[in-house]
Amino acid sequence: MAEKLLEVRDLRTQFDTDAGIVRAVDGVSFSVDAGETLGIVGESGSGKSVTARSIMRLLDEGARIASGEIIFRGGDVMHLGREGLRSLRGGDIAMVFQDPMTSLNPVRRIAGQLVEGMTVHGRYDKTQARTRAVDLLRRMGVSAPERAIDSYPHEFSGGMRQRVMLAMGFANGPSLLIADEPTTALDVTIQAQILDLLRALSAEFGTSVLLISHDLGVIANVCKRVIVMYGGEIVEEGPTEQLLADPRHPYTWALINAVPRLDRHTPGDKRLLAIEGMPPNPLALPTGCRFMARCPFKIARCAEPPPLATVAPERQARCWVTQDGSRLPERTLRPADAPRARVDRAQSFVREARATGAVGTPILELTGLTKYFPLRKGGFFGAPRKVHAVDGVDLTVLRGETVGLVGESGCGKSTIARLVTRIHEPTAGTIRFDGTDISHASPAAIRPLRRRLQMVFQDPYASLNPRMTVGDALAEPLRFHGITTDDNATRARVAHLLDLVGLPAQSIERYPHEFSGGQRQRIGTARALAVSPEMIVADEPISSLDVNIQAQIINLLVDLQEQFKLTYLFIAHDLAVVRHVSDRIVVLYLGRVMEIATAATLFDRPLHPYTVALLSAVPIPDVAAERQRKRLLLSGEPPSAIDPPSGCRFRTRCPIAKPICAEAAPPLLEHRPGQFAACHFPGEMQT
Amino acid sequence: MAQEPSAGTSDAAKRRRWLRRYGLAAAGGAIVVAWILIAIFATWLAPYPYAQVDVTKRLLPPSATYWLGTDLLGRDVFSRLLVGARISLIAGIVVVVIGGAVGTLIGGIAAYVGGKAEEWMMRATDLVMCFPPIILAMAIAAALGIGVTNTIFAMLVVWWPKFARLARSLVLVQRNQEYVEAAHVMGYGPARILLRHIAPNAVGPLVVLLTLDVGTAILTFAGLNFLGLGVIPPTPEWGQMVSEGRELVEQWWVATFPGIAILTVVIGFNFLGDGIRDWLDPKSRRR
Repeated sequence: MAEKLLEVRDLRTQFDTDAGIVRAVDGVSFSVDAGETLGIVGESGSGKSVTARSIMRLLDEGARIASGEIIFRGGDVMHLGREGLRSLRGGDIAMVFQDPMTSLNPVRRIAGQLVEGMTVHGRYDKTQARTRAVDLLRRMGVSAPERAIDSYPHEFSGGMRQRVMLAMGFANGPSLLIADEPTTALDVTIQAQILDLLRALSAEFGTSVLLISHDLGVIANVCKRVIVMYGGEIVEEGPTEQLLADPRHPYTWALINAVPRLDRHTPGDKRLLAIEGMPPNPLALPTGCRFMARCPFKIARCAEPPPLATVAPERQARCWVTQDGSRLPERTLRPADAPRARVDRAQSFVREARATGAVGTPILELTGLTKYFPLRKGGFFGAPRKVHAVDGVDLTVLRGETVGLVGESGCGKSTIARLVTRIHEPTAGTIRFDGTDISHASPAAIRPLRRRLQMVFQDPYASLNPRMTVGDALAEPLRFHGITTDDNATRARVAHLLDLVGLPAQSIERYPHEFSGGQRQRIGTARALAVSPEMIVADEPISSLDVNIQAQIINLLVDLQEQFKLTYLFIAHDLAVVRHVSDRIVVLYLGRVMEIATAATLFDRPLHPYTVALLSAVPIPDVAAERQRKRLLLSGEPPSAIDPPSGCRFRTRCPIAKPICAEAAPPLLEHRPGQFAACHFPGEMQT
Repeated sequence: MAQEPSAGTSDAAKRRRWLRRYGLAAAGGAIVVAWILIAIFATWLAPYPYAQVDVTKRLLPPSATYWLGTDLLGRDVFSRLLVGARISLIAGIVVVVIGGAVGTLIGGIAAYVGGKAEEWMMRATDLVMCFPPIILAMAIAAALGIGVTNTIFAMLVVWWPKFARLARSLVLVQRNQEYVEAAHVMGYGPARILLRHIAPNAVGPLVVLLTLDVGTAILTFAGLNFLGLGVIPPTPEWGQMVSEGRELVEQWWVATFPGIAILTVVIGFNFLGDGIRDWLDPKSRRR
C-alpha cells in the first residue's frame, strides 16, 4: 500500500452555541494515501465540510477542534503555528470551494490572484509565476489563457471561475487537494467537464484528492474510495465500486436507493424510496445508533452505539445488522403505501389528444411565447440591449399530466414559470389557461384564475414570509379568495392542509425558521394547495434539498397529484428527477425548445444532439455502469442570451453542426409520433 | 425544528453572555429613558425657574447652591439644562419620526412601483442630498425666520432622503424574494403585498437607523441653535447654551455642561441603536 499522506485520528470539532454544544464532527478517523482519490458523502449537517475545514484549520469563529490528531506528511497539523499553517494552506494542501462566484476577489485581475498565490509561498518569482499561471490556465482548459489571465472574475462564467480556482489550487504543486462540492453550483454539462479535469489532474500530477459532495454520482465519477458520514460520524467506508453496489449501512443503502437514476427506471411508478424523518438534532444526538430513528432495518440492539467494524476486506460499517458480514437486501422495500396502479399516459401527447378528444384536454397553451428583458447598460448611444430569455416557445399541457421542463441555467425555464403564472408579462406570444388568454390580462382579471393555477418555488428559505406564522401564511389565501369566511372554518381547513402535506398540527403557530428545508417545502406546497388549484407550476422544488428529503417531496407531489388530479409543469435541472416524475419532457436551450417527447422516448431515443449531450453528462452512482457508458462531453459554455447565435442556438457547441445550422433556425418538427425536435439533423448524433 | 436549550449552560453564564451582548444597549436605553423622564419632570426637578435672571449672581462657579454654576445673566445652569432637554428631545424625535416616515414612504413606494415613477422620486431624493444638510437646513431656517417650528421644518426638508434611500434598497431586496412572488401568484394587490408582506421584513434596519439618527438630529438641532437659529430666548436649549458660553474660557461650566448633556443623549441613542441592530440581526444573535 502506498504511504499515508494524511491521517486524521478521532477528530472532534464542536460549535459553541447559545443552545449548547454542537458536535459537528464526532470522532472521525480516516487516512488519505499519496495519489489517492477519496470521497466524503453525506447530507447537509453530516459534518463533511467541517471535517475538511478542520484539516486546514480553517474553522469559523465559535468552532473549535476539541480533540483528535491530524497528521499530514508525518507532521502534526494540530499544533502548527501561524507560519506553519500559512505554508500548509495553498502550498501543500489546496482547497477549492463550492461557490465559484464568491471565491475569487472581484476587484482583482485573475493574473494578480494567481501570481500572488505562487509568490507568497516563495517558490516562484513574479515572471516565472506569470508564465506558470498561463500554463496552468491552459491546462485547465481556459481558452486563450494569455488574454484570459488579464480578465476580472466577473468576465468569467461559473465553470470558468472554477477552472481558475483549480489552477490556483494546483499552482504550488500541492500533494493534497480538498474540493468541497466543487461542481454543485455548476450546470450538468459543465460539471462533467470539471470532473473530467479533476480526474485527469490527479492522475497527471499524482495529487491526492479529497472530494466532498452530496452527490454519489459525482463521487463515483472521481473517487476510488468513499466515506459516508451521518450525524458527525463515519457510518461506512470502502472502495467506491463495492460500496455503491453493495452498501452495508442502511443510510448508504437509503442514499443509493432514494436517488432517481438515469440507468434504472421502473416505469409506471413515480414514487421514490424515501426514508422518513430527518437527521438527528446535533444538540441532542441519540445515545445509540444515530440513524436508528429512520432506519428500516433496525433491531433491538441499535439502542447501543454500534462501533465502526470491518465487515469485509477494506470495508467498514457502523451497523449492528451488517456487522457479521451480511448484506442488506436489494431494493425490496417499497414506499409505505404499495404503488397504486397508474394509468400510463405516455402516449397522451398533443396531436392524439386533439384528434380523439379522449385523453386529457389542454389546460395550458403557450404559442410563440417570448420574453426579452431589457438591459440597463446598453452603452450610452447604442440601442438598448436585451436578454432573450424565452424566444418563441410553443407548448401545450394537458389536464392531469406532468410536463417536465429541463435545461441548463439561462435556458429560460424559470422565466417560463414566471410567465405562465404572470409574475412577468410576455413580450410576445400568448398564454391560454383553460381557454382564457391571460398573456396581457390585468391583475384584477387574472385574480379569479389564480385560484386555479398556483406555484411552488425553488428556495424553501426565501419562499415563505419569515415574519408570518405558518397558520397565517396558509389562512391568508383562504380568506383573501373567500374560500372560508369564519375563523373556525379557516382553522379547520389550515389543519387539513397541514395534514395533507404531512406536517404536525402544532405547526400552525410556528414561524418558518423553525422548520427544516424539506418541511418548508411542504409548507410552500400546502400554501399552493390552499386555494385548490387545478395546475401547479413547480420551479425546481427540490433542487436545494438533500437527497432523502428530495425523495420525500417528490412522493408528496406525486401523491397529491393522484389525490387531486393535479396538472404539473415541473421545472428542474436534474434529468433523472424529471424523468422520474414527468409524462412528457421539454428540453430547452437558450430560450428555445430543442426537443419535446414522452419521458421514456426522450431518454431511450433522443433526437436532438443537445439532449444526447445532457443525458451523457449526468454522472451515475454505479462504477461498473459508468465504465461502460460512452460519454459525449460538450466543449465550451452556453453562449450569452444577449447575443444568441444565429440559426440554431445550439450550433456553437454542437458536435455535428454544419453550415446550414448557422443560416436557418431549424423548426420544431414531429419526427416520430409524439417526438418533436428542432434540429436539421435529428437523430444523427449517437453517443 | 426549534432547538431545545441544553441543560449545560448555567444561569450565571447566560447572564454573562447577555451582559456582554446587550450590556451597552441596556446602558444606552437607561440613559435615554432617564433623559426622557428628566424632560417630562424638568420643571419639578429644577431647583430654580429657568428664566430667573439675577445679575448680581453672574457667572458663579459650581457650588452647593448652584450645582452647575450660573451663566452670564445669573441663571442657574443646572435648571436650564434640565428644561433644555425638553426642546432637544422633542426636536430630535419629531424630526426623525416624521422625516423617517416621509422618506420610508417615498423610498418604499418608489422601489415597489419601479419604472418612471421610481426615477422621478429618487432623482428628487438625490437633488436634496446634493446639498450639505446643515447648510441647506440653515438656509431654509434663516429664510423662514427664527423659531423652533421653523427650524424643525427646515431639518425635515433635509432629513427624509437618507430614509428614502435605505427604504428603497430594503424594499428592492425583498421585492424579488420568492415569498413576494408567491403573494403575487396568490393574486394579492400591491397594497397588501407592500404592507403585509414586504414591510415587516424590511422594517428592521429602518428602526435601527431611526434610533441611531435621533442622536444625530439632536446634535444638528443643537448646532443650528448654536448658530442662533432655533429657540427664542429665554427658552433654554443646549446648543444655544454652548453658544453662549463659547467665549467664556475662564467660566468653563457655562459651555461644558450642556455639551456633556448633548454627548450623553447622543451616546445613549447610539448604544440603543447598536443594540437593536444586534438583536435584529439573526447572525449575531445566534453566537
